[in-house]
Amino acid sequence: MFSTDHKVIGVQYGITSLIFLFFGFCLMMLMRWQLAYPGEAIPFLGTLFGPDRMPDGVMLPEFYNQLGAMHGTIMVFLGVVPLAVGAFGNYVVPLQIGAPDMAFPKLNMTSYWVYFLGGVVMLVSFWIPGGAANSGWTSYAPLSVIATTGQTLWLFGMVLLITSSLLGSINFIVTIFQLRAEGLSFMRLPFFVWAQLVTSFLLLLAFPPLEAAGVLQLMDRLAGTSFFMPSGLVVSGVPLDVSGGGSPLLWQHLFWFLAHPEVYVLILPAMGIVAEVIANNSRKPLWGYKSMVYAIIFLGFMSFIVWAHHMFLTGMGTAISTFFQTTTMIISIPSVVVLTALFLSLWGGSIRFTTPMLFALAFLPMFGIGGLTGLPLGFNITDIALHDTYYVIGHFHYVVAPGTLMALFAGVYYWYPKVTGRKMSDKLGKIHFWGSFIALNFVFMPMFVQGLAGVSRRLYDGGQQYAHAHGVLYLNEVMSIAAWALGLAQIPFIINFFLSFKKGSKVNDNPWEATTLEWAATTSPPLAHGNFAHVPRVYRGPYEYSVPGQAKDFSPQNSQ
Amino acid sequence: MQIPYTDTARPDTGLYNAKLGIWLFLASEVMLFGALFSSYVLLRVGAPTWPHGYEILNIPLATLNTVILISSSVTMVMSWASLMMKDFGKYKRYMGLTILLAFGFLIVKGFEYGAKFSHHLYPSESTFLAIYFTITGLHGLHVIGGIIVNAYLWGPGAKMWKTEPVRFTNRVEVAGLYWHFVDLVWIFLFPVLYLL
Amino acid sequence: MDSTHTDDIKKQVRVYIIVFVALMVLTIVTVTISSLHLSVGAAITVALVVAAIKASLVASYFMHLISEKKVIYATLILTGIFFIALMFLPISHYLDPISVK
Repeated sequence: MFSTDHKVIGVQYGITSLIFLFFGFCLMMLMRWQLAYPGEAIPFLGTLFGPDRMPDGVMLPEFYNQLGAMHGTIMVFLGVVPLAVGAFGNYVVPLQIGAPDMAFPKLNMTSYWVYFLGGVVMLVSFWIPGGAANSGWTSYAPLSVIATTGQTLWLFGMVLLITSSLLGSINFIVTIFQLRAEGLSFMRLPFFVWAQLVTSFLLLLAFPPLEAAGVLQLMDRLAGTSFFMPSGLVVSGVPLDVSGGGSPLLWQHLFWFLAHPEVYVLILPAMGIVAEVIANNSRKPLWGYKSMVYAIIFLGFMSFIVWAHHMFLTGMGTAISTFFQTTTMIISIPSVVVLTALFLSLWGGSIRFTTPMLFALAFLPMFGIGGLTGLPLGFNITDIALHDTYYVIGHFHYVVAPGTLMALFAGVYYWYPKVTGRKMSDKLGKIHFWGSFIALNFVFMPMFVQGLAGVSRRLYDGGQQYAHAHGVLYLNEVMSIAAWALGLAQIPFIINFFLSFKKGSKVNDNPWEATTLEWAATTSPPLAHGNFAHVPRVYRGPYEYSVPGQAKDFSPQNSQ
Repeated sequence: MQIPYTDTARPDTGLYNAKLGIWLFLASEVMLFGALFSSYVLLRVGAPTWPHGYEILNIPLATLNTVILISSSVTMVMSWASLMMKDFGKYKRYMGLTILLAFGFLIVKGFEYGAKFSHHLYPSESTFLAIYFTITGLHGLHVIGGIIVNAYLWGPGAKMWKTEPVRFTNRVEVAGLYWHFVDLVWIFLFPVLYLL
Repeated sequence: MDSTHTDDIKKQVRVYIIVFVALMVLTIVTVTISSLHLSVGAAITVALVVAAIKASLVASYFMHLISEKKVIYATLILTGIFFIALMFLPISHYLDPISVK
């Protein structure tokens, strides 16, 4: 339980984050009922929630807001990032660099338990009077400052999660710099490790301003300060008894200063996983490895100077608006470089359509759609019409759900044999893939249509009260049915995940015939203490597949 | 199972692990306090009126605190230098002095806060007081954290000097880097809040 | 026990004492200048310049930054750039608001 072994900690992060992903998904499934059938009681489940949340099974708007704010918070901070970085990063990075563990094993253990505590605090908030945070995952002031107690718990939870993240990122950076095996120069690192390195720098330097902002909001809520409270605010007809003089926009600036780099934290590990799976299953080196590395370094750097494209409608003048629009357009370039390189990596390859490869291949067009739909949002002019509409929700979900989440599934199917010594069932995997892939598109594609029609975000009745929404309201039911179908499609995955642990076909060290050290230099699962029977030495780059003149179609990094 | 480069420097980076680790942590702290300074600028520029620090705050006390903190930085680095010269007795004296000076800083701060509260000058009174209490409060928490770490290294943690002297010296160096950073933040805090 | 090693440390100690004295002097300087109540712009500039000098002394000599390794320098330069971006935040807020004609 309190192990300091990175493999155990990686599995702890993995199981915990998958449970949080499931919980966040359930919150969404509840929301989608209300959106499809506003004002109707939820069958069977409706009565379980009590009169404070769903009197007679009909969802209250206040509860809808809690579901919305917590769905976002849980998915991003308790689900995707802990899975991508905490689980995959922790487990795979030391193995891929030939290290016996992370640089600071005790700190690693602390990171996990602080994350766990943060998660508990977040969940507990649902059961306190007033319920969970309900001011959006973005917690904009002044609404969040006057909101119910759940918001205070949200802030404490975030402080814990940010602390966990900071400790983890320090560990990752020191490990990658200091514990690489002999012969493993930076340009021989698997792309997955590069992705985790850039991600860790983003987490290290971008999270602290949100921690500061969280402290300021806690002061506003608990000590009555006015960091974010403007003068003259009137709530329910009564002027607020605060000193005033604060700035709601200060919260937005500090929040987005983190939250923009955060979205690259969401995508970079996913790109790393896809790169590994594609190289392995096309039996070819990655096309443009160096360009990809420089691209993500540039991407990480640029991510710090685009944040106000989330704030185009806050009253900024044209000069500043143009600055952020320009940096936003520039930052789309490295993503295109990476995506193009991954596509080109397939050209002329001997593609093996294994389950992880299916997910990795699907990532490419899905991330493409997600990225392209970001462009009209990045232009300040078109953003005027699209800001705060369902178009935005469609955009970011395409990048994170059909995008990152599919890549994470690819990672689970790919590395499961290394962690457990057994393969997951291919049949169940393919059902999971096709079910998810089709359902995901039916959930999120209609959102662009609704957004272009002007349907706003965070409306608990899905836009029913607005005349301009009427033509596209029918799509709510379509999306909700697709969402519940998506839920059903996860059942084969859940069964597969648990069943294969005992019943999956056993594998040897390197069932995928891969070149990187986690496959080539150690057993499945790796040795409990120290990972490697003999400390590996690296002789070549990470993707030496189908090298002319070699007997096998893959040359592991550590073979002489 | 040994983690490499815990005590010895890795040849290509020239660093032992904890040295890189603490500098990365300090980098994140720069962003943390930077965000608070940035907030200070935003709030002050936007305010119709903003008091000068010397109108509300106690400059002599804060100057005393500046002297105390800088002195504690010297005693901290001297405690590390003593270990490098293999003088454990001197180390104990200098580290002990560092901890005492740090307590002194907190006591003076306590006086300052107490005086404010007795005049009903709470953080909720104005944005100036809000940012003053928040930044100095967060800094104060960092001082407390430093005291805890240093006290451990002075007391129970000092046993490591007998068994692994190099590792212990490195720990003191790393703790020193943190402590100097706490001093660094105050070096900016003092003029910005009190003198301007 | 190599005496040259101890001599190096003793030289370092001398540097620490010199820096300590310099820091005390600069503290007196900054407090004295503030009592002159210069114009806002001048006061801010002087205060920040003095603080920057003091900070550089602490960083360079107490924290040994003056002889640190490239990795540390690179990390700090990167942090410095993002710190400037963070400072740009309030400037961007006020520099160019929407103007109603």
